[in-house]
Amino acid sequence: MKTLALRLLAAAALLAVPAGLSAHRLWLLPSGTIFSGTDSWVTVDMAASNDLFYADHQPGRLDGMKVWQPDGTAGQIQNGSTGRYRSVFDVRLDKPGTWKIGTETSALMGSFKVGGVEKRVGGRPGTGPNGERIAPLTVAEIPADASDVQLTEVGARNEIFVTAGEPTRTVLTPTGKGLELDAITHPDELVAGETARFRFLVDGKPAAGLKVTVVPGGKRYRDAEGARELTTGSDGVLSVDWPAAGMYWLNTTYQDAKASVPRAAGRRLSYTTTLEVMTP
Amino acid sequence: MRFVASMLVAGAVAAPATAGTVSVTIPRLSVAEYHRPYVAVWIEPAGGGAARTLAIWYDTKKRGNEPGTKWLADLRAWWRKGGRSLQMPANGVSGATRPPGTHTIPLPADLKPGAYTLNVEAARETGGRELVQLPLTVPTKAARAAGSHELGAVTLSAR
Repeated sequence: MKTLALRLLAAAALLAVPAGLSAHRLWLLPSGTIFSGTDSWVTVDMAASNDLFYADHQPGRLDGMKVWQPDGTAGQIQNGSTGRYRSVFDVRLDKPGTWKIGTETSALMGSFKVGGVEKRVGGRPGTGPNGERIAPLTVAEIPADASDVQLTEVGARNEIFVTAGEPTRTVLTPTGKGLELDAITHPDELVAGETARFRFLVDGKPAAGLKVTVVPGGKRYRDAEGARELTTGSDGVLSVDWPAAGMYWLNTTYQDAKASVPRAAGRRLSYTTTLEVMTP
Repeated sequence: MRFVASMLVAGAVAAPATAGTVSVTIPRLSVAEYHRPYVAVWIEPAGGGAARTLAIWYDTKKRGNEPGTKWLADLRAWWRKGGRSLQMPANGVSGATRPPGTHTIPLPADLKPGAYTLNVEAARETGGRELVQLPLTVPTKAARAAGSHELGAVTLSAR
């Protein structure tokens, strides 16, 4: 069970990263979050690395990258490119208001046994005896005589918010599905010295006692990691103080036994965002 | 000279009743690359409430891919407090950037008596950004504050 849990952790991290170890943080880094004028573009980096926000490990994957325009309709990314350490893309902010950009992934991970041999479902491709890549099995490929079927639903959100002109709240409306952020404080109105409040929801209901990690960027230019682990209250609300202006990475995970997919024993959900805090 | 005379006439004919005057000094800086700063002047009720912009000076002429409005958000306090909801150009409020020197802005005559905060924010290309705040009570009493790098003296006078 322990090994399965570990494998699930690894698989979840790999959902959005082509290859690499699980411990790395996946991040989106916008060139800005507040824009004025009539022809604004935001350019966004995406990568996985330990130190924020230094692209020194693996690029993020741009397939599955979504754009929500201020009215909630789908937009598009432009000039996408994946390099050795990071992916880059642009979004033209041609409508005023708040935009949401990010990925929502959902997958099944796990294992089963056939004739005493363990096989894996989902996750990263395996390697055969001659070094060839073996695509992971899907749920449909689990044979009828399989035993010890253990499947977990893995859902991940990683999103950022950028605003052209006045902030709007259409894209902030929770969907009621999975783990998500209900922004009481608008994510593009964060100021050093002011407390921001975010409610975390699981299937639309407040997630009490959820542990949330907040890490400031710029690790290379200070000694301390600076990560804080905060906990949501009984109402699911997280209060975050911002000691200084800058970019912050926020991440939380949640697991329970309420999988929405048949045969899955449970689910593991994660939420990640990058927030820009301004000087007063 | 003719300009001054016409100003005097205009002043005599239609002297608008103002609640006072704000003077903002843009310092002369000896830097290699100087651009006139973007400056916003606004007031907020001391107990909180909607901000009212008195003046916004930006590059009104720049057009094309990067119009002058692109950098209005660099006046980040003003942008957050209400600049972002202002349509540019704003009649009687927005104008071109000003050169170093002292510039005066009348306080609106319809300003209700009470306590306010006067805010002056400046942001300069290849330069810094500074916010100077000064308590303001209407009817206006003389008051003074000063910036340290992007702004010089900011003064209030009763007329």
